[in-house]
Amino acid sequence: MKVMTCPLNGPRNINEFVFGGEVTPLPDLQAPDQAWAEHTFYSYNGTGVVREWWFHSASGYWFVAERDRTTDQIIKTYDPSELAADIRTAMLDVDRKMFGVERKTEEVAP
Amino acid sequence: MPFALLKYGLNGDFPFEKDADLPPPVSLKKRYDVVIIGGGGHGVATAYYLAKYHGITNVAVLEKGYLGGGNTARNTAVIRSNYLTSDGVKFYSESVKLFQNLSNEFDFNIMYSKRGQLTLAHTDAAIRGFRQRTEVNKHFGGKTELIGPKEIKELVPTLNMNPGHQPVLAGLWHMDGATARHDAVAWGYAKGATQRGVELHQLTEVTDVVVENGKVTAVKAKQGSVDHIIECGVVVQAVAGHSSLLAEKAGFRLPITTYPLQAMVTQPVKPFLDPLVSSPAFHCYVQQTGRGELVFGGGSDPYPLYNSRSTLELKEELLAHAVELFPFMANLKLMRQWTGLTDMTSDYSPIMGESPVQNYYLDAGWGTWGFKATPICGKTMAELVATGKTPSLIKPFGAERFNDFRQVNEMGATAASH
Ligand SMILES: Cc1cc2nc3c(=O)[nH]c(=O)nc-3n(C[C@H](O)[C@H](O)[C@H](O)COP(=O)(O)OP(=O)(O)OC[C@H]3O[C@@H](n4cnc5c(N)ncnc54)[C@H](O)[C@@H]3O)c2cc1C
Repeated sequence: MKVMTCPLNGPRNINEFVFGGEVTPLPDLQAPDQAWAEHTFYSYNGTGVVREWWFHSASGYWFVAERDRTTDQIIKTYDPSELAADIRTAMLDVDRKMFGVERKTEEVAP
Repeated sequence: MPFALLKYGLNGDFPFEKDADLPPPVSLKKRYDVVIIGGGGHGVATAYYLAKYHGITNVAVLEKGYLGGGNTARNTAVIRSNYLTSDGVKFYSESVKLFQNLSNEFDFNIMYSKRGQLTLAHTDAAIRGFRQRTEVNKHFGGKTELIGPKEIKELVPTLNMNPGHQPVLAGLWHMDGATARHDAVAWGYAKGATQRGVELHQLTEVTDVVVENGKVTAVKAKQGSVDHIIECGVVVQAVAGHSSLLAEKAGFRLPITTYPLQAMVTQPVKPFLDPLVSSPAFHCYVQQTGRGELVFGGGSDPYPLYNSRSTLELKEELLAHAVELFPFMANLKLMRQWTGLTDMTSDYSPIMGESPVQNYYLDAGWGTWGFKATPICGKTMAELVATGKTPSLIKPFGAERFNDFRQVNEMGATAASH
């Protein structure tokens, strides 16, 4: 059984988690279609360690994992609030523009 | 007749296939008109049709491992055309037609075996989807009809009609469903291509793509520790699970994610299962080979990876479902298990045609369903290379569809049936 360590729930069977794509900053809402197409479809899909979104389905919790795409080794997992500032800022930007919500950086949990 | 047989056995023509083998390896030339990267079925089929229909023979197929050692010899060899979109059905039914004549064309038995494919519906929504596919098939090719539990029971008496809490309500009966020996397909194409002058270089890995002013001019390749630069007019990349890695060398990204796909096979038993049976709701398909083994598989792994390892998770899930459909399978032993790397697109259709680099053509995004398309891919890619024009059959599959949000959605018709 492969085990993933959830930052919220601790080590669990990998079957409890859902892969959610690579972590990339969202384009600006006004960005041209091309930018959104790239964000939506054109992932890096390379080898080496990649930062990914994962979801613990039983508890409805999204988090970030750094995983080696060749060895399948999970290097580390952490809460999205620990993401680099540029990615969080991009996400807060979407909140503001799309939902008119102002949130603090610490509150980001998409 | 026994006398004739004896005479034949003793004469010099035995075994009759004198040229059963591929020609011995030769050294790489400095330049080819066409370089095909990837010696899987798609690569060698492209080379074959280039030589056969277009007289283009200054062609090298470069394969980092051995002929057909990628997904071509790892797939479960489901051949069918019962897709959902008109673009898909037109394309795949053309491929099925080509497949039906391949043994004759090669004068080499690819063991094409038409069994019919039965897909099971366990919900009303699935029945509605099947109805739509039946209609689309009727108009664009492929013999498919919707059948009820009585006919299903007749076709597959051993099927559990009430598996788990999801009874079998109806079936999509695709009479053209078939299988073939996948490595024979690769060998047939490779032999036909090399007999016409194409060079197949195995153990030759492309390590880089040279692009000048937006146009491909050469590829770099490695044979053991020896590096080569090979000039070329046109490049076709047909490397399945490695599509994104190679495209990156050519300087662009593809709308592809690479996932492992696992399959397995049991010990052989008496013949009892004629059609190929698949259940999208159970993420499982089962078929019996000519030798009596049960080959079965499901969908791709749940997350991306460049590794052909096998997992306990998939075995648990797949076996549980297979046993629900065919309870007696619980008594069988698993014989082998394997994995291939599949290049998945989000709409479950391929990416064929031009790329952002001039003279660099793509045959990618074949994911879990590209074996059945081997002949038509070869034929259309060869036409594209020879004429520089994208054949109408593959126009809908250009990568640009992702930029314009015009996907060709075959997800429902592909997921667990390949
Ligand atoms: C388990 C499994 C089951 C499947 N079941 C079915 C099915 O039932 N029906 C169906 O239609 N399809 C099925 N498929 C999908 C099908 O196998 C593939 O889509 C198809 O074989 C792709 O053919 P190809 O020639 O493009 O790729 P491949 O046969 O994978 O050939 C690509 C080749 O490129 C080579 N290569 C990669 N990188 C380089 C490089 N840098 N330089 C040189 N060479 C390189 C690889 O070594 C490989 O041999 C299945 C796949 C798997 C893994």
